[in-house]
Amino acid sequence: MTETAVMGTASDLLEEEEKISLRSREFGFWVYLMTDAIIFALLFATYVVLSKNSAAGPTSKDVFDLRHTAGETALLLISSLTFGMATIAMAKGLSGRVIMWLVVTLLLGLAFLAMEMMEFRGMIAKGAGPEVSGFLSAFFTLVGTHGLHVTFGSLGILAMIVQIPLKGLTPPVRSRLLRLGLFWHFLDIVWIGIFSVVYLPGVM
Amino acid sequence: MNHSAERSVSTYLTGFVLAIVLTAIPFGIVWGGLLTGMAVYAIIAVAAILQVLVHLVFFLHLDLKSTPAENLFFLGFAAVLIVIMVGGSLWIMFDLHHRMM
Repeated sequence: MTETAVMGTASDLLEEEEKISLRSREFGFWVYLMTDAIIFALLFATYVVLSKNSAAGPTSKDVFDLRHTAGETALLLISSLTFGMATIAMAKGLSGRVIMWLVVTLLLGLAFLAMEMMEFRGMIAKGAGPEVSGFLSAFFTLVGTHGLHVTFGSLGILAMIVQIPLKGLTPPVRSRLLRLGLFWHFLDIVWIGIFSVVYLPGVM
Repeated sequence: MNHSAERSVSTYLTGFVLAIVLTAIPFGIVWGGLLTGMAVYAIIAVAAILQVLVHLVFFLHLDLKSTPAENLFFLGFAAVLIVIMVGGSLWIMFDLHHRMM
């Protein structure tokens, strides 16, 4: 056996090892997402149980504005599409295009967070803070937990925007972007639950 | 999850358009006050479930062929846990509420 052949097999083995380790990370991340889905499901159950307990304070009809919710929904849905565009650009190996779409996704995510903060601040200013009633405690816990997830997702996108120019689209970087994409799309799915369980029935 | 799967712009756009339609229907009905009572809740629930499926298929690229079986298993397992815990909690709490009235 020549030296190059030995080197070849060694690097093949390493490559194979890397592939297996990335695949197990992706599986692990999927398991994490499923457990996160259970956390959200239980926060939804808590909200549904408490949603009518407004303790003579403001009710859902007084504090929800469907136009605001529609705006947040649009921002999150469009950001899911732009993340998808980043994934497609990654498959084609166009790192510049990936970064561009990630920046767009990040801006949409930040705009969503800004709208949510505005809503929370407006509610607290109107005397509808989380300490007022069971309904409002459950509302701030559920929607706030989702907002916290979006914050961490945005930090993840920022990390990828920095990492891609530094490391290039190597297999570990691609795997991270793929997992971040799963997380981002997952948050949009949770938001479907939020507008269907919290906001739409809340204004009826 | 599946690297090999073909991810095209049209897949994402199809999902996006379907998601918009499935969002617009419940918003439109509640906004316009077109229907009342249980029918509205039913439409919101059906549109939400359909939209979750649209997201899973078109954005997360889940399918029965190329997605690893263990991923689908965990999705199914999480769904069972959610149904038991959420369904059970609501059943108990509303029954309790009913008895205390």
